[in-house]
Amino acid sequence: MSIKITNGGMLSTIQDAGRTGAQSTGFSVSGVMDCDAYRDANHLVGNINGEAVIEMTYNGICAEFLCDTVIAFTGGNFSPTINGLSVPSYHSVSVKRGDILKMGMTMDSMRCYMAVKGGFDVPVIMGSRSTNMKIKIGGFEGRKLKTGDIIPIGHGITEPVRDRVLPKPEYNNEIRVILGPQDKYFTQKGIDTFLSCEYTVSDKSDRMGYRFDGAEIENNGTDIISDGIAQGSIQISSNGQPIIMMADRQTTGGYAKIATVISVDIPKLAQKKPGEKVKFTAVTLKEAQKEYIKKEKYYRTLFLED
Amino acid sequence: MNEKTEFLIAGDCGLIIKFGDTIDSETNNRIRSFCSVLEKKRIEGIVEVVPTFNSLSVYYDPCIIKGDRLIKKLSSLLKKSGTNSQDGGRTFIIPVLYGGEWGEDLNDVAAHAHLTAEEVIKIHSSTDYLIYMLGFLPGFAYLGGLDDRIVTPRLDTPRTKIHAGAVGIGGEQTGIYPLASPGGWRLIGTTPVKIYDESRDEPILYKAGDKIRFEPVTEEEFAEIKKQVEENRYTVKTVKGER
Repeated sequence: MSIKITNGGMLSTIQDAGRTGAQSTGFSVSGVMDCDAYRDANHLVGNINGEAVIEMTYNGICAEFLCDTVIAFTGGNFSPTINGLSVPSYHSVSVKRGDILKMGMTMDSMRCYMAVKGGFDVPVIMGSRSTNMKIKIGGFEGRKLKTGDIIPIGHGITEPVRDRVLPKPEYNNEIRVILGPQDKYFTQKGIDTFLSCEYTVSDKSDRMGYRFDGAEIENNGTDIISDGIAQGSIQISSNGQPIIMMADRQTTGGYAKIATVISVDIPKLAQKKPGEKVKFTAVTLKEAQKEYIKKEKYYRTLFLED
Repeated sequence: MNEKTEFLIAGDCGLIIKFGDTIDSETNNRIRSFCSVLEKKRIEGIVEVVPTFNSLSVYYDPCIIKGDRLIKKLSSLLKKSGTNSQDGGRTFIIPVLYGGEWGEDLNDVAAHAHLTAEEVIKIHSSTDYLIYMLGFLPGFAYLGGLDDRIVTPRLDTPRTKIHAGAVGIGGEQTGIYPLASPGGWRLIGTTPVKIYDESRDEPILYKAGDKIRFEPVTEEEFAEIKKQVEENRYTVKTVKGER
């Protein structure tokens, strides 16, 4: 039970929900950038929540299936075809041994996820199958996928699926944030700029952080004594531009964080491509947690259906 | 609870408890004793905690506990938590081969300090360094207590690759590179000990609050320890408290 990669694409890695629990020893969390598309993909193939998937960036993989199985694509539409015939995203797809998968560049958003029935069976390291490319552990040999890799498919508990479909989310450009933990390091003018101007996603963005170009955010110096970096933390660089810390962020850092992106908006952000614009709006902790609980309940119910 | 303690909101799944405004061992001690309180009184919903120099990041699941309730619970625990942490953690004895090809900047550090290489080794290995926090890389310890006499600026151009186990000085800091990594510190030696070993139950050797003592070894001892480490026969010596 495996698939053979015939083209790894620009940046395709094995990821799951991430390696939590070891941040106090300096381990980055890693894991998928878009946890909604990730969960959708697993649900579509009948997996339990938490199996490893392939995350593709900007363009997709090509591969040959070495067994019969069920797959699904979520997130960006990378024009997947099986034996030359196009297959839909957000839809379970049965494939046969010998079938050829080809994918292209994204037609819409930044990241595409492919789940397979049973999950990709790479070794679990410290509770996770996620690839940590910086220290070369997890995933497939601790690195991005390349031509010739044969990725084993697991025998996890799965539900039979037939024509399972989910809606594809539509995203606007509003990224909601909670101010803090270090908003005091910024002038009122700086905070007003941050919350009123549009920022353009920079092509220097990666899995570690989303970088932006836009109006300079005025501050009183952004050096702090290093503290913990939560997912979605918005650091302000020395030239006054926001950097949002994502899946491959370091556990700690010494820049003041003006605000933190709310959890439910992380997938939206993770799907933005360089050149796209976003606008930041502030919400309260209460509102953010209400949204968070609503979404978690939705996914809990979704996976209970299995 | 100290009047300086404050709660900062780090998004909808994170809090930062700030214990003070400076890097000092007393503040760091209070963080450590609060961590051990949290370990005993498990608050449901806390996913993990990350101690740093002067703060503690608390990551939690709002489906289990909401922010305002967690802050209330933590505040009441903070009131009960003292400043004492009498156990003082463990002190790890880290064997180091100083100088030569395993510590190629030792002579530069000595020249900068107007000392001999032997004096630098003696000074560097005669302090027990407190691990304030881990970060940057798995097992990368931020140590306090480097002797002023051997403070040396970082390299102007960082090396693109430093080997795992390298011991260096970077400004007022000293430490060990747990994994091969780029870096700008002056390398003064190498330990054959594996700081990070994924096959161990606890992959990282030490934690914040422990101490590190560097022990100079000869080339022969270095080779012997390296062999034992590779054959999984070497146990790092630890002692309780300070010397």
